[in-house]
Amino acid sequence: MDAHSDHHVLPLKLYLTIFVALMVGTVLTVYAAYIELGWLNTPVALLIAVTKATLVVLFFMHVKYNTPLMWVFAAGGFFFLLILLALTLQDYYSRPWESTPAVEFLVG
Amino acid sequence: MSDSHNPALQHHFDDLGQQYEASNMGMWAFIAQEILFFGGLFGGYTVYRNLYTDAFIEGSQKLDLSLGAFNTVVLIASSLTVALAVRAAQMGKKNAIFAWMIATMILGLTFLGVKYFEYAHKFHDFLVPGESFLTGGPYVGLFDAAMAGQLKIFFSFYFVMTGMHALHMVIGIGLMLYYLPKIWRGTYNSEYFNPIENFGLYWHFVDIIWIFLFPLLYLIGGRM
Repeated sequence: MDAHSDHHVLPLKLYLTIFVALMVGTVLTVYAAYIELGWLNTPVALLIAVTKATLVVLFFMHVKYNTPLMWVFAAGGFFFLLILLALTLQDYYSRPWESTPAVEFLVG
Repeated sequence: MSDSHNPALQHHFDDLGQQYEASNMGMWAFIAQEILFFGGLFGGYTVYRNLYTDAFIEGSQKLDLSLGAFNTVVLIASSLTVALAVRAAQMGKKNAIFAWMIATMILGLTFLGVKYFEYAHKFHDFLVPGESFLTGGPYVGLFDAAMAGQLKIFFSFYFVMTGMHALHMVIGIGLMLYYLPKIWRGTYNSEYFNPIENFGLYWHFVDIIWIFLFPLLYLIGGRM
């Protein structure tokens, strides 16, 4: 048999459970925005978003049930995203903003 | 090999399993590229949001939270319907694939319809970056030049990020229009449904982008 034998159809209940979890996550996102958490508001919102995205990737996109090679390809995109963000941000935040035109424009 | 009789099998693959793996892997490589494409936008957004935090909070409050939340629900629902379309394809149920695809399309069009009203409202309120920015409407004269300039940057990010996202949805709806007749003719069955599976991956990816756009654009600094 070829790889088609492992195309096991996931139960409908699993899809509905993930859908409900995503809906709860959406309600939580809006609810959390109404609570004063100071600087924590954004990390909390991002944590909920990452959790929701993980559920979509693992279950709706079937990565959980896929081959190791597909795990590498799915994780690869997010890994390179981390490199992109980390290197971009360390560059922007390690340079003196005082001398940039943007800050002069801000100060007036 | 029994697979060699399946008309969907391309001659350069040994069997349908290998063909499926190659198609799945190619789609994930494309999605990796898409993640980095949107990643650049999110990176630029992060830099400017930290530089002009007050303006980003001010701009965020001018977005319609209830419409944004409604669209989040609509898009997650469309992710469920497209997942069920792929599930129907795995079971070879032609009519079910067709019905779930139609449902996905209706939800996608609902999202774009709401987006149209949101954009129209921003034009009406002079919140679209350009010559007319804040030259009229309810917010005219409320902000000094520096704040107005920073608000312009926020709305530039808003329109580019949601606009690129909406463009992906328009492309997705176009793809569905292309696949619907093929589904109807019975092109896809439990042995061969790679295009439906790949379309599902694309649509889920677009959903994931919105999962991040919603809190990052509509909920900056909370809603206290």
